[in-house]
Amino acid sequence: MKTFLGMPSTAPRGVGHLRGAEPFPAAARKALADPQLRRNLKHATTTIREKSGKVIAELPDWQQLRDAGSALKADTMARLPELLEELEAAVTSAGGVVHWAADAREANAIVTELVKATGHNRVIKVKSMATQEIGLNEALEAAGIDPVETDLAELIVQLGHDEPSHILVPAIHRNRSEIREIFLREMPGVDPALTDDPPVLAAAARRYLRETFLSTKVAISGANFAVAETGTLAVVESEGNGRMCLTLPETLITVMGIEKVVPTWRDLEVFLQLLPRASTGERMNPYTSMWTGVTPGDGPQDFHLVLLDNGRTAVLADEIGRQALHCIRCSACLNVCPVYERTGGHAYGSVYPGPIGAVLSPQLTGIEDNASLPYASSLCGACFDACPVKIDIPSILVHLRTEHVEAQKRPTPESIAMAAVAYTMDHPRLYASAQRAARLSRLAGRRGRGLPPPLNRWTASRDLPDPPEQTFRDWWARR
Amino acid sequence: MRIALFVTCLADTMFPEAAKATVALLERLGHEVVFPVEQTCCGQMHVNTGYQKDALPLVRRHVRTFAPYDVIVAPSGSCVGSVRHQHAMVASSAGDTRLAARAADVASRTYELSELLVDVLGIEDVGAYYPHRVTYHPTCHSLRVLRVGDKPLRLLRHVRGLDLVELPDAEQCCGFGGTFAVKNADTSTAMLADKMRHVLDTGADVCTAGDASCLMHIGGGLSRLRTGVRTVHLAEILASTELAR
Repeated sequence: MKTFLGMPSTAPRGVGHLRGAEPFPAAARKALADPQLRRNLKHATTTIREKSGKVIAELPDWQQLRDAGSALKADTMARLPELLEELEAAVTSAGGVVHWAADAREANAIVTELVKATGHNRVIKVKSMATQEIGLNEALEAAGIDPVETDLAELIVQLGHDEPSHILVPAIHRNRSEIREIFLREMPGVDPALTDDPPVLAAAARRYLRETFLSTKVAISGANFAVAETGTLAVVESEGNGRMCLTLPETLITVMGIEKVVPTWRDLEVFLQLLPRASTGERMNPYTSMWTGVTPGDGPQDFHLVLLDNGRTAVLADEIGRQALHCIRCSACLNVCPVYERTGGHAYGSVYPGPIGAVLSPQLTGIEDNASLPYASSLCGACFDACPVKIDIPSILVHLRTEHVEAQKRPTPESIAMAAVAYTMDHPRLYASAQRAARLSRLAGRRGRGLPPPLNRWTASRDLPDPPEQTFRDWWARR
Repeated sequence: MRIALFVTCLADTMFPEAAKATVALLERLGHEVVFPVEQTCCGQMHVNTGYQKDALPLVRRHVRTFAPYDVIVAPSGSCVGSVRHQHAMVASSAGDTRLAARAADVASRTYELSELLVDVLGIEDVGAYYPHRVTYHPTCHSLRVLRVGDKPLRLLRHVRGLDLVELPDAEQCCGFGGTFAVKNADTSTAMLADKMRHVLDTGADVCTAGDASCLMHIGGGLSRLRTGVRTVHLAEILASTELAR
């Protein structure tokens, strides 16, 4: 017997960072007018693209690795429930405690209670997308708990009361003089003679963070991978600050999206080759930390794993869209995206920016809350080529546009125009007369400058060619 | 060889010179070109904007129109991309598996111009003459959907009198993207500005590509700024000869 439990719910409103304050075109317009942002983005994306391209070219089996990564993720999604239960059993038997959170609110409540139970009011954090997604820092602050981001770029974002704008390089939108100002204003105990020399800035952060590491008893992390077979969690990072958080405190709480599980230990072989080359352009990331439950006398003695849904099951229910759950957060798609390169991450309004954000955020929240994102792409396909697990982002974008259009309850000017064009195109005689009428567009003035909205958005920056004297089919008929 | 021309609605209506050049080129190479007049539009704009249901009759029309022909050519990477990667999908989504199979069959016989010349006809030197400094923009769909690779460049390198200059950051999108250019006009313009800067940096007189749509976008920007640089479809360059001049 089957019982229909209803459609899985999307991420709730009013909590977390998956929805922007304004639609993409309006937010992008502001970002495009920021020359510093444009310069930083151009420099950073170009540098990472070149670096990544070089180390990928070294591997003769890169395409096979991508196929393997894609197949492993497809297999994982096909049996996600059983793998999660296997993971729960393995973590539990290794001395950890597993919690299930249906959404951001539940996850925030679970983590807040766990921290309160330790009696401490400060936590150190490993860079984590999942905890950004659910707005955990705000929830902790509301409960009187002070979360300290320990990834350098996340620390800059946090001290600047700002939002991250790139998955991997969250402070990509800041330059060093801005960072100096933020440190001087916000960093406890900072040297007032601080300069904007990068090593000096890094040393200031290091001094502040070292003190924090040594005096904080609770840490919160995300996870890049969780091995169902062994109950092992993995965090991949560059600075070593993550490892400090994962090893020094007494209590470790890990918040992980349910799609991060992989079936077996040996599957990591594939992903640990794909991820660093696609993300930072390194052959191997500097720090890969793995832990399995609790090891007596070594590392945190109290380990909690919070498994987060927050709309993921709803994504899994969509046959085309579910590929977005294969994402390993490498940000290769951001670095090759011509839209992201010019607008930056804030324009997307979600912690997940760029092409992957344009397909993931609207699915997690429901299309109505992020309706402009699937259109924030020229469908150039660079993201699909760059994705280390071969997510067909352009196809998902088109799929979500269709979903958005078909969810509209009444006709819009656009839907009426589209239907009229389709009708004309399905009637060749009508089409031929419409073509001749197109010559009347000369009435719109030279170079089409008199076109009505929304077509005048074209002529705002580009001329229209003059319509030809004769269409091809007229020429053909008379030849 | 008897070749059916899939002219594309844009070339038919706005850029007939690209289509006429395709006919002239293929006839010069000794082939018979036919033009099935029932054709209109492949429906790509509808599919890419979210109007798959409106695209269905256009897919049906396209498949019916071109089913009788063994070889079909279009002077557009983007429209061939739609035929190859969207038509069967649109039919399947609508539950029409028979149409999906026929669409896949038509798609397997449909080629973008440089594919037809290099892969099917096995020719790289088409005997063209075009004495201009030219830069080539590889359009996204010809590059990443069709994977035409360097076929257009191989054809251009054999054109006599042509001074081919490499376009910096050539593989980045020009910002057209169909309705993207209207829905996200500011971002599209920012992408176009960089593309134009690269075109101007080459010092070329002519920017060419295999898609009239991208050329309309790049050409619209170059014209607005009165750069004097023209956009010319690849077919028009390949159709040019010393005799014709």
